[in-house]
Amino acid sequence: MKILVTVKEVAAVDDEFEIDGLEIDDRYVTADLNEWDEYAVEEAVQIKEDHDDVEVVTVTVGPSETDETIRQALAKGADRAIRVWDDALDDAGLLDPETKAQVLAAVAAEEEPDLVLTGVQSADDGFGATGVTLADKLDMEWGAVVNDLDFDPEAGVASVHRELEGGVEELTDIETPAVLTIQTGINDPRYASLRGIRQAQSKELTEYALADIGLDASGIESPLEQTSLYEPETEGEATVFEGSAEETATELAELLAEKGVTS
Amino acid sequence: MSVLAIAEHRRGELRPVSLEQLAAGRDLADQLGGELHTAVIGGDVEAFGADLNREGVDAVHTVDIGEEFNHDVYTQVVTQLATELDPTVLLMPNSVNGLDYAPAVANRLDRPLVTDVVDIDAEDGLTATRELYGSKAETTIDVHAEQAAVTIRPAEWPTIETDGDAAIEAFDATLDESAVRSTVKGFEEVGGGDIDITDADVLVSVGRGIEEEENLDIIHDLAEALDATVSGSRPLIDNGWLEKDRQVGQSGKVVTPDVYIAIGISGAVQHVAGMKGSDTIVAINTDPNAPIFDIADYGIQDDLFEVVPALTEQFQ
Ligand SMILES: Cc1cc2nc3c(=O)[nH]c(=O)nc-3n(C[C@H](O)[C@H](O)[C@H](O)COP(=O)(O)OP(=O)(O)OC[C@H]3O[C@@H](n4cnc5c(N)ncnc54)[C@H](O)[C@@H]3O)c2cc1C
Repeated sequence: MKILVTVKEVAAVDDEFEIDGLEIDDRYVTADLNEWDEYAVEEAVQIKEDHDDVEVVTVTVGPSETDETIRQALAKGADRAIRVWDDALDDAGLLDPETKAQVLAAVAAEEEPDLVLTGVQSADDGFGATGVTLADKLDMEWGAVVNDLDFDPEAGVASVHRELEGGVEELTDIETPAVLTIQTGINDPRYASLRGIRQAQSKELTEYALADIGLDASGIESPLEQTSLYEPETEGEATVFEGSAEETATELAELLAEKGVTS
Repeated sequence: MSVLAIAEHRRGELRPVSLEQLAAGRDLADQLGGELHTAVIGGDVEAFGADLNREGVDAVHTVDIGEEFNHDVYTQVVTQLATELDPTVLLMPNSVNGLDYAPAVANRLDRPLVTDVVDIDAEDGLTATRELYGSKAETTIDVHAEQAAVTIRPAEWPTIETDGDAAIEAFDATLDESAVRSTVKGFEEVGGGDIDITDADVLVSVGRGIEEEENLDIIHDLAEALDATVSGSRPLIDNGWLEKDRQVGQSGKVVTPDVYIAIGISGAVQHVAGMKGSDTIVAINTDPNAPIFDIADYGIQDDLFEVVPALTEQFQ
């Protein structure tokens, strides 16, 4: 059995930052494995530990600079990694969910996974749509925002909880192969052990260009064009207390007392 | 040049985003010089249809298939509706269920999809506004296509309250049962602990800024000094540091205390959805750009590890 997990490096922005054109200046950005993907990787690795003969493969659409982040997933127990990048993707600008799904679908078509896990969304662009788009391209069944998974490979059914709004979960049976988008909290992602980190260095990380997976670079064109990037205007008119921690705490305590908060 | 908005309902009730879409949709339809259509699929479509007949809506399409949401059904039906009505903009909610069918519909219709938009404009081609990096930055996106699919963020548009005089029409969709490969078995309420954070007058709410479980002591100390209840943002619940029924937010509880003190919480949209109705909001956060300060009434831009113990001391 094979589980394909889509993983992505995301950008985290410092508290104070500057915008340079359509991007946040590199100096204020740190790279990390997408939080939601971490839970997806953990879920796959747990299924691998519970069943015999499961291979966990990660797939990433991203440049070579993301290799280090991908190795975090390998260090946590994925068996091998695939990364697809191409000048055409670099030139496409804003990669919309459809374009990403197209690339991921081409990889999935070769790997023929029994299950595909993705994060619900990525922490930086937050489209939240790549997983379901991918499922539809693969003509697979899917489930979005899954926070509990009971996978029965023999029956070909994934029994999931989908986390709806307001503390309500939907219980759904999904025919596999399927794509599930994984919500945080579904498990307790492990830290990579030192041994895991060492082993990750020697695990296979395959790099593909579009042509390698049968895609035509000229067909890559994002219909979405980012035209501006700015700091949102603050609508709020918060009164900000100034001074040392003692001073601000005193002011806040006075305010709270005024509001009738007492011990 | 029309707009089609797909309503959402759960357990017998239209969700507010269904009516917010009508406000967004009417604006777009005006800019496009066209009609606003809305559609509801499943459940008591007659009652839902009547309820969706609000000012500015030209037509309501009711599709009497199924009771609750099933993404296989919605994907098929919305694809058929959009093929038949051929709207310039297809609006869907950026809800958990919206994200469970909108991408598939957009893929089948071969339309670009822009999700979680907070503003949208059709004056000169379609331009959507979105947030990036957890609301730290905002971006505008031009959509280079004649027709698009868009999911709108809940609670960004007003709901239209006035009744309308739309044509209400039943839409006959054909369902390919063999393509329905998921079965909704039911629902489950989360929580059931012995504490109800929605009852609290004062909430001391803690976020990932607390860093370690051990550090929660200072939060509990503060809550005790203030005679307040402790709640938290999602990462704390995910980590198992607080019980599930103490989660504030979209997937947690909606709270409206007199005072909400957000400590080390950035103010992600899904968190804010659960606490923006609080009377007085206080934020303690080292990051002056944290979106929580947008909705806070009072703020301290400083280290919680210094401010919180100092505050506790004031009350002892
Ligand atoms: C479908 C869906 C549903 C969700 N539902 C919910 C929900 O119901 N509730 C919810 O909360 N989230 C929910 N989320 C998650 C949400 O998107 C955020 O990830 C989450 O709210 C972030 O929590 P946080 O603010 O505690 O953490 P972060 O965003 O990591 O923020 C931590 C903050 O602490 C500050 N900080 C760090 N150190 C200090 C210090 N020493 N002193 C002071 N401040 C400090 C930082 O500046 C930062 O602003 C949901 C997400 C999805 C996709």
